[in-house]
Amino acid sequence: MTPFHAMLAKELRCVCVSPVVYVVGAIFLFVSGLIAYLMVANAGQQAVRLLQIQNTYAQLNLNALVFRPMFYSLEFVLMFLLPVLTMRLLAEERKLLTFELLLTSPIGINEIISAKYMSVLLIYLGLLSLTALTPLLLSFSSSFHWGGITAGYMALALQGGLFLACGVLASAMTDNQVVAAFLSFGIILVIGLIGELGALLGDTTIGHVLSYVSFREHYDRLVRGLVEARDVVYYLSGIVLMLFTAHRVVDAHRWQ
Amino acid sequence: MITVQHISKRYGNHTALHDVTFHVNKGEILAFLGPNGAGKTTTMRILACVMPPSEGVAVVAGFACLEQPMEVKRRLGYLPETPPLYQELTVDEYLTFVGRVKGLTPQRVVSRKAAVMDQVGLGDVQRRVIGHLSRGYRQRVGLAQALIHDPPVLILDEPTVGLDPKQIMAIRKLIKSLATSHTIILSTHVLSEATAVCDRVVIIHQGRIVAEDAPEQLSARLQQAETMSLTVKQPTPDWQERLKTLPGVLNVFPGSTPHTCTIDCHPQQDLRDALSWFVVSQGYGLLELKSLSLSLEDVFLQLTQQDETSGLDALDHPDPSSSPPLRQREQTSA
Repeated sequence: MTPFHAMLAKELRCVCVSPVVYVVGAIFLFVSGLIAYLMVANAGQQAVRLLQIQNTYAQLNLNALVFRPMFYSLEFVLMFLLPVLTMRLLAEERKLLTFELLLTSPIGINEIISAKYMSVLLIYLGLLSLTALTPLLLSFSSSFHWGGITAGYMALALQGGLFLACGVLASAMTDNQVVAAFLSFGIILVIGLIGELGALLGDTTIGHVLSYVSFREHYDRLVRGLVEARDVVYYLSGIVLMLFTAHRVVDAHRWQ
Repeated sequence: MITVQHISKRYGNHTALHDVTFHVNKGEILAFLGPNGAGKTTTMRILACVMPPSEGVAVVAGFACLEQPMEVKRRLGYLPETPPLYQELTVDEYLTFVGRVKGLTPQRVVSRKAAVMDQVGLGDVQRRVIGHLSRGYRQRVGLAQALIHDPPVLILDEPTVGLDPKQIMAIRKLIKSLATSHTIILSTHVLSEATAVCDRVVIIHQGRIVAEDAPEQLSARLQQAETMSLTVKQPTPDWQERLKTLPGVLNVFPGSTPHTCTIDCHPQQDLRDALSWFVVSQGYGLLELKSLSLSLEDVFLQLTQQDETSGLDALDHPDPSSSPPLRQREQTSA
């Protein structure tokens, strides 16, 4: 077992005994279930309406009526919930002075940060996989495109991965967990809003750059079922950039 | 084993350490003494590779802290002022984690864990959550994490803080027993601890080393005159004036009662025989005559309360005639 694995195991152990992950998990699952119910109920109402108008059973597009709105809503939920999951990662270590133990151990800062990131990513992916219950249950009563749903889940996984990396960076910047949560929420919000600014500037170089930097259009394409390498590259490079910046921030703190 | 050369540390305009140089030999225990904010913890953090120095070189176990920090960290156990503990883990889980992060194999972690828990007395709390432990136990868990990978160099920042007297004795004994195979630097506020445990003492004040020597040597070097305490049964009004006329007596200071006084004598002369003969022959009735020496507390206070340059002057040029009356303490035969 390498120091990285030891670090990852310890992080998962600490998360499992902390109430935060259970609260975040419960809210996430409850809200995602509620959203799915509302979308399905809405689709049902539309089917009834169509039946009244056309007097035939119309084949509803569940991908467009249920899953796509669900993915958009879940993105919004993640924006609020994931900062809570990441806020303690480095801020708590610094507050409780346990970071000195890690700094005096033969483990690199990159291993510390990647193990911490990996721990929250695993928990998030675990929670996300539980929401797959909705399409599984719906698949018994209706038929829909699994490809679109797979792309949507991929979008949620990548989007969540980026949000968590922003959270790790925010947690590296302060020793106050509440500040870390708000900071991470702020970073995510700014990256999101940059896309709106890019759309406003339209077909200009700055407009294109801003639109590319924001996750808006990348998420949008993936949710619509368009899996392209450039979007995946965007998310992966974004995650690496955030974690690398967190590494630099932690290293810079040693010199102060 | 540990070499520190011309280390300085600056935080913006504030200089926390100024040109600190010292050396610790293998198997030696060195104590850092100094008031709060003197730079003890900063020096230890630099040696433990927590932070780099602004200038200078620190070498631990043959590896430079700046160039090969991983090699240094493998050979170093560090106990910070506040033990770095994860409150939600049990003692056993915590030591397993530390052992693995320090790079031990799973089998070695098991054997070392048992050994250190035995060494610091944690056997009965190994399944308890650290957050529920008392301060004394937490301090011992902190010490156990520094020892788990059996490092040749130990840096302990106030290792006995928060312990009861019995535990303090046990930890001191443990530190002494480790000294044969380990090189240890410890910082402390408790001066008797430095005298009891350490081979050598470094006194730091305002980021500079103001004295470095064995505890006994330090007090001897600062002692500018041999001092006696004298108690008699039947003093006359002028008895202290008459004592001053004796050859070799430099000064006589009145004591807390009219029956006692403190006498400064010439450093190279033993006047006990002459003094006792004089007191008896004058009919004062000799009750007590004893030699006093400076304790480490006195050395510490003298060096850190004076202006630092005059403190250094006192070390370099002992001048008995201009000596201020020092706080004296009874010489205790340990």
